[in-house]
Amino acid sequence: MSALIFLIIFGFALTSILGLVASGIDRKVTARVQYRVGPPLWQPFIDIIKLLGKENLIPSGASKLAFLGAPLVGFASVVLVATLLWKNNLTPAQTLGGDLIVVLYLLVIPAISLMMGGFASKNPLASVGASREMKLILSYEIPFSLAVLVPVIKAGFLIRLGELINFQAQNGAVAGNLSGFIALGVALLCVQAKLGLVPFDISEAETEIVGGPLIEYSGAPLALFRLMKNMLLFVLPFFLIIVFMGGFKVAGWGLLWSVLKYVGLLVVITVIRNTNPRVRIDQAVRFFWGPVTAFALIAVVLAFLGK
Amino acid sequence: MGVKLKALLKSPWVFHMATGSCNNCDIEILDCLTPRFDVERLGILLAGSIKHADILLVTGSGNRQSMERVKRLYEQVPKPCLVVAIGECALSRGIFIDSYNCPLPIDKVIPVDVYIPGCPPRPEAIIAGIAKLIEKVKSKA
Ligand code: SF4
Repeated sequence: MSALIFLIIFGFALTSILGLVASGIDRKVTARVQYRVGPPLWQPFIDIIKLLGKENLIPSGASKLAFLGAPLVGFASVVLVATLLWKNNLTPAQTLGGDLIVVLYLLVIPAISLMMGGFASKNPLASVGASREMKLILSYEIPFSLAVLVPVIKAGFLIRLGELINFQAQNGAVAGNLSGFIALGVALLCVQAKLGLVPFDISEAETEIVGGPLIEYSGAPLALFRLMKNMLLFVLPFFLIIVFMGGFKVAGWGLLWSVLKYVGLLVVITVIRNTNPRVRIDQAVRFFWGPVTAFALIAVVLAFLGK
Repeated sequence: MGVKLKALLKSPWVFHMATGSCNNCDIEILDCLTPRFDVERLGILLAGSIKHADILLVTGSGNRQSMERVKRLYEQVPKPCLVVAIGECALSRGIFIDSYNCPLPIDKVIPVDVYIPGCPPRPEAIIAGIAKLIEKVKSKA
């Protein structure tokens, strides 16, 4: 019972509010970078409410179950990840074993749900977007897993997030070492692709395939997809903070420091998104399998050497 | 006024539909989205897909080819939605009124909520038109 309450309060309510605020900050910063005033901070909340009130259209010939199920699957996985992360962060002692691997798997599911929705909607542009999403997953998963391996090696092959936090509490954050720092950079680039932000918004590409997998969605399912993306904007940096930067402390002055860590990561993501053009899918694959994987391997080797 | 409508007026996503305009009106619409006029202040975003749109911005004189598409696209917008006709052409077919190719003005084909005159209207006029539309919907509800 208490687990369910934890899931609803922390996994869903708190994370979605923080995610929407993060998305508002992102839009505001983007506007300031472009010398604009920008929308109010609570604009993402209004967008979600508006979409919930709109008509929900299902394209004729689409697979209904997959089309409406896809946003639910993606959303549920993000809520689960958020619950696991909060649980680990608040009570590092009592968590299940090997949850790092569970989280890594669950973090792929939002992208898979986008693919599912795209293919189910029977729109050629959505299919193009979904196939690009698939290639993008294949390209960033390898360096992302390698980068996450670095803190695991550092902590002496612990694959429980709670133990990783405890280890960093005693020995300092992983990102403080050379290998950890490189791995954090690699992971940050992969997070950019996981979030589907410029320069890796290839699968959505508003200007060429008008939203990719999302093209046929309207009303509540679209609201769910947007909420999922906004929550990821909080969950993914949160995950990086846990594995690389010593967790998100919520007591006393630690809270201020933790918020600074998060806002720092968010601003880096926003600035990358605002200063780069979109790359082509083949360029993205080459980028992730080439230099990014090479850096990730270097970080892993350095971690083995104890740097 | 319901929460639904309130939220709609605070975050209207616009879809840009040209039905055979000379492109000047379209350029003026795009001007509204530039940093100088910045309509994102009002929550307005340019939607790429018709399924995400709340407001249709129709420009152009509506020739025989495009009128069928206009009707089909209007049916595809998730309701509630609003329609804005921008430019003299969209209002009354403008200088093309005698053309063999423009049999009907747009408001005979789909319901239009606000008319913004001008050839082309200035971006300020377009923003003022959208603001008036929001006022009109508010006072009706
Ligand atoms: S109203 Fe004038 S500017 Fe606009 S499309 Fe017609 S001719 Fe062009």
